[in-house]
Amino acid sequence: MNHYNPFKTVSFSMRKSLMAACLGSILSFGGASQAQEPVRIAFMDPLSGTFASIGNSGLKILEFAADYLYNSRGGILGGRMIEIVSLDNKQSPNETQLQFRRAVSEGIQIIFQGNSSAVASTLSQTISRHNRRNPGQEVLQLNYAAVDPILTEENCSFWHFRFDAHANMKLNVLTDYIAQNPEIKKMYIIGQDYSFGQVVSDTSIALLKQKRPDIEIVGNEFHPIGQVKDFTPYVTKIVSSGADAVITGNFGADMVSLARSIIDSGLDIPIYTFYAAYDGITATLGEDGKDRIRLIHNEYANPVPTEERREFNRAFKAANPNNDVTQPRIVNALQMLVTAMEQSQSTDPYDLAIALEDMRFTTLSGEEVWMRADDHQIFQGLHVSVHTDEGIEFDGDNSGFGLFTEYNVPADETIVETSCQMTRPRR
Amino acid sequence: MLEVLIFATLNGLVTGFLLFMLASGLTLIFSMMGVLNFAHASFYMLGAYFAYSLSLYFGFWTGLIFAPLIVGVLGALVERYGLRKVHQSGHVAELVFTFGLAFLIEEAVQFFWGRDTKNYQTPEILDFPLFTLLGQEFSAYRGFMMAISIGIFIALYYVLTKSRVGIIIQAAITHPQTVANLGHNVPLIFMGVFGVGTALAGVAGVIAGPVLTTFPGMAAVLGSIVFVIVVIGGLGSLAGAFIASLLIGLLQSYAIASDVGMPDLLDLLGLSFARDHPLNDLWTINLPQIAPVLPFLLLVLVLIFRPTGLLGKREE
Repeated sequence: MNHYNPFKTVSFSMRKSLMAACLGSILSFGGASQAQEPVRIAFMDPLSGTFASIGNSGLKILEFAADYLYNSRGGILGGRMIEIVSLDNKQSPNETQLQFRRAVSEGIQIIFQGNSSAVASTLSQTISRHNRRNPGQEVLQLNYAAVDPILTEENCSFWHFRFDAHANMKLNVLTDYIAQNPEIKKMYIIGQDYSFGQVVSDTSIALLKQKRPDIEIVGNEFHPIGQVKDFTPYVTKIVSSGADAVITGNFGADMVSLARSIIDSGLDIPIYTFYAAYDGITATLGEDGKDRIRLIHNEYANPVPTEERREFNRAFKAANPNNDVTQPRIVNALQMLVTAMEQSQSTDPYDLAIALEDMRFTTLSGEEVWMRADDHQIFQGLHVSVHTDEGIEFDGDNSGFGLFTEYNVPADETIVETSCQMTRPRR
Repeated sequence: MLEVLIFATLNGLVTGFLLFMLASGLTLIFSMMGVLNFAHASFYMLGAYFAYSLSLYFGFWTGLIFAPLIVGVLGALVERYGLRKVHQSGHVAELVFTFGLAFLIEEAVQFFWGRDTKNYQTPEILDFPLFTLLGQEFSAYRGFMMAISIGIFIALYYVLTKSRVGIIIQAAITHPQTVANLGHNVPLIFMGVFGVGTALAGVAGVIAGPVLTTFPGMAAVLGSIVFVIVVIGGLGSLAGAFIASLLIGLLQSYAIASDVGMPDLLDLLGLSFARDHPLNDLWTINLPQIAPVLPFLLLVLVLIFRPTGLLGKREE
């Protein structure tokens, strides 16, 4: 039941503008600065429905990063505040089109979006078309989590920047890691039936064939996204296939249910995932998932690499005790965006895109990341981490459990070729 | 392959019985009041969340007993102070009322409990495999789920067919005026049935929460399927709902367990298509992939060929 609720987003943005108004009045009252127009950034992700928890956790991180890093320190571009406008796209391509129209009508030119590659593709196409037809009112898409390779390959766009490693890069590292484990002989792949799930399946099969031809693929299953009530029937098949490891690209409720069903069935095999942490997942897996669930991700887990990152996380936890910094790449994306703004002294998407291209930026984790100009794909170190309660400084869901990094691959080893033929607008 | 068949059957039965707990309440409410309660699955979700909160302080078993009671009382209040008032404006108003209520409950759940998945766990005492067959474990909790569902089914059947209350309820379904003329308080009966129906949904939520995960989307995931069951079984027919629940539980379970698909059918017909065929997706589709859609396919077929449902009498 995917429903449309017009009131929700209105109230969100009303709250936002109210806050902005308050902020503005406080500032002018204090005489700190002239009430300058804020830099408005849209956050477009599911804030209601089945996948609401992921969207909301991303929104909290972006809002906090904007306030903590910039607004509380005098703003950007000589005193302008960053205002985050949340737009609920319910993870539906249709709703995304509607919300995009809203963003445009409100004059917003920068959109953060991450959940679902299907939505990211729609948005990228919509933005390309819009920008072609409306010169001077371009919109920039900052993709922090949609990892279908196609977005920086065949369908790459000048207006789209990806701040997460794409699925093929992640799977390359993950299969390297799996290949090191001689005990794995039979692999079962299960995923949500949409573009990303298909990519995970196709790429893992191809890479495993290359790296470990002796591993047999004993199952390759797709299920509808967000529709499965009970994964036990799938797990029955996994058990009877004799698999000794599972790869899945599932996220949200589909990830928890799958992991729980596997654990409940008494099957004690490693599960390799992309998204099995935080937003209730870590707490739900708890003791049962210990040393069995592994994640491939960028940025860091435990141990925390730098004091800056630690400080940021502590401040975030103090402000949001029930949330975690689940996606530090959102912070990186915002920091790189602001760096581009300061460099170009502009908020115009074209100037920002040019400034972001080929940018090398040192994150709070002390790592230098690189935004490749050819396809607007970021490169940074990738890690495989395990779900455990040992050596955890920052846990997930206040459960004592968290991710501990077992395997690191530096940024320059993650670089892959691209087939992107980018059409660049002329100015 | 045998173990897959056995476990597919067991899983199908567990799901089927669980669905029946929801469908029974829904179909009873429909046959009495003629209104499809769109918020029914929301009461199921409330059951899971109440039980989760109670289990944090008093343990699972307290949750199992009190959460459905709270949900039932809530349901009765909704009937008494909401639905009964709206009833005067006709069925469409009632439908819209329950539709709105479903959204309201979902938002309330997100407001009070947050949007993330809740760590609602099975009780430790049931945390062991009931039996292991051919290398597969069947958890004690699933056995417990099945036992509860069957127990409720038997109790419901007994109350409705053998007890005095059941006879009055059955009479009130078809002849409310006559029952009222005989001195029975029909509105009270309606309220009771609504309360019990929602409490049953609450029980389903309590026992399903730990295994199907407790999150704000759980009502939406199950809600549509329950309507499918009630329609396939025949609106208002309890026996029909029972058959349809098991049918759909097993259908989905077998479909997922199977390994057949279009490629096999094409092989059988001696046809083959290139991988770059424009309809490649269609030629490579397999049964497990479309398993969750099958109930809806069945719904369409039933509506076309037997609009009253399997055991329904209403439209005749």
